[in-house]
Amino acid sequence: MSPEQILQYIFAGITVGSIYAFVAIGYNIIYNTTGIINFAQGEFVMLGGMISFTLSKFMPLLPAIILAVLITAAIGGLIEIVFIRRMRKSSVLGMVVVTIGISILLREAALYIWDEQIRALSFFTGTEISSVNILGARISPQVLWVLGVTSIIVGGLYLFFKFTLTGQAMRACSENSRAAKLCGIKTDSMVNLSFMLSAGIGALGGCVVSPLTQTHYAMGTDLAIKGFIVAILGGLGNPIAAVAAGLILGLLESFSISILPMAYKDVISVIILLIILVVKPSGLFGSKQASSLKDF
Amino acid sequence: MKRYYPVIILFITIVVIQILTFVTGKGYMLTQLTMSAYYVLVAVGLCMVMGYAGQISLGQAGFFAIGGYTTAFLTTIDFSDKAGTAIYKLLDTLGLLITKETLYGDTIMHMSPWVSLFLAVILAGITAYLLGIPVLKLKGHYLAMATMGFGIIIYRLVLGTKIFGEADGISNVPSFTIFPGLELSGDFSTRISNYYIAWLLVIAAILLMVNLINSRVGRALRSLHGGEDASDAMGVDTARYKVIVFVIGAVFAALAGFFMTHYNGGIGPSEAGVGKSVRYVAIVAVGGMANIWGSLVMGLILNFLSLRGVFGHFDDAVFGVILVVMMMFMPEGFIRIAVYRDIKSFFHKILNRRKVEKIKLEHSHE
Repeated sequence: MSPEQILQYIFAGITVGSIYAFVAIGYNIIYNTTGIINFAQGEFVMLGGMISFTLSKFMPLLPAIILAVLITAAIGGLIEIVFIRRMRKSSVLGMVVVTIGISILLREAALYIWDEQIRALSFFTGTEISSVNILGARISPQVLWVLGVTSIIVGGLYLFFKFTLTGQAMRACSENSRAAKLCGIKTDSMVNLSFMLSAGIGALGGCVVSPLTQTHYAMGTDLAIKGFIVAILGGLGNPIAAVAAGLILGLLESFSISILPMAYKDVISVIILLIILVVKPSGLFGSKQASSLKDF
Repeated sequence: MKRYYPVIILFITIVVIQILTFVTGKGYMLTQLTMSAYYVLVAVGLCMVMGYAGQISLGQAGFFAIGGYTTAFLTTIDFSDKAGTAIYKLLDTLGLLITKETLYGDTIMHMSPWVSLFLAVILAGITAYLLGIPVLKLKGHYLAMATMGFGIIIYRLVLGTKIFGEADGISNVPSFTIFPGLELSGDFSTRISNYYIAWLLVIAAILLMVNLINSRVGRALRSLHGGEDASDAMGVDTARYKVIVFVIGAVFAALAGFFMTHYNGGIGPSEAGVGKSVRYVAIVAVGGMANIWGSLVMGLILNFLSLRGVFGHFDDAVFGVILVVMMMFMPEGFIRIAVYRDIKSFFHKILNRRKVEKIKLEHSHE
């Protein structure tokens, strides 16, 4: 492998990894406020891509994306109000089953609305053949968009959770929702907000990567699984670590393609999941003590 | 004896359904009823894992595929040109090679499905055992994802491997002569006997489960579901029982895969998909989790309707709605709520009326 080739693989891995990170961030935000893994998270990415594609026919790209993110966030909020809120007392098993059911419903609705065609948003700058030369590797300018948006999201989330009152309130809910309630935090609206936030972030990810990876009604399941692997790898409940884990998985996958057949790409990441689940369920960056207190 | 009454009722129902389809001239429905039976077998096994041991498994389709693909791969190897090899000699001396004439007049020799049945069950059992030991230590979301991950691995392997036919799957799987005169195949003439083969298999599985549930193992499992820590403290070897049940569930699924593959004459990667695993979970959920009879009835109804194409384009959506609605409004299952409660309230009414009359009588005596 020449250095340029290696660089090429690295960029490909980082791009894919960023998509996984988008999904994993969504998992973590919801997990933090509710203790639920929302298996429908991948569907938000799909919805973002689909809705923005439809809207982009009627308006310029930027408002289409903003509107798509808002609509998906609203859908996320609605899902919380209609389904999740009633399920608060049910078992983890019940929650797993319900969120899987929701993901099937979203997927089938998308199939009904957008049919089986693969769609792609137009490139933000340039076209599919334009490329930027970085140290000999040729990459699409869209990759830079993906990386830029990922960094902005991560930075934004960090500031949001650290310095705003709402962000702090959401973190309080994750620490101890009863205590948070006693302090006058409206835990219900925090949970709702977390669903809207993660749906919106997922949708934004869906828009940004759509020109590169295309959007298909059934893409959510694969993303949900990859996102989950990344969330676990980074340590559940830690959105920032999820980004690092996402990049690791993306790089691993992109280099595995150069050795193994493409068809086995998913097998590698799932095996990583099984190993990490068995050996270190707290994740690469998670603390063992903290995770043993949580109820998975 | 009492515990076998439902089994007897089930058997009578099966016979009645067969006679009904015969009388009304709807014999073609037996095909879907037979296939439903095999899916029911998977659901019944999963019911044990989910309902009684309280462990979710989103990888049942993987075990189904292990059963199906093992036999499909092994029995489609043509041995007629491998006369010198060691395997040939071994199988030949044991009398486990079957010579058949194809549609075009060529002769082929294939391994007896008895060999692949044995290997399929063993392979599924060992896989479940090796997977179960580390994975069943996990709980909730982690367990769900780990089992789903296993399912994905199997799906990707059969989809990406040349000897498993990639996206086309394996076809031309020979029929399975269980004993002379009784053949497991999708042939039109054997439709009725195949219907009974399938359902007798389900009955056998259910008999095994009923006995298991009412034994020491069953009681241990129920305590496990009630509270793992508590049953651990009472000296129940929870880890061991969880693995045992997981292996049983896997073997049931592999058996279903084996029989279905010979019945259909082939298997494709869609049988290994995550969607199928989710379906099995949906069926067990509607059936009321810890209720084999619920899983059986709902598995039969839903699979039959789905195979008949009643749900049309909304096939997957129907199962999605089922999952959501069941978990939200009746987590104890449809069968239990709708039927049991009605029966209970009915008897309560009768009993109460008697009581009221009694009280009235007593009052009138005064």
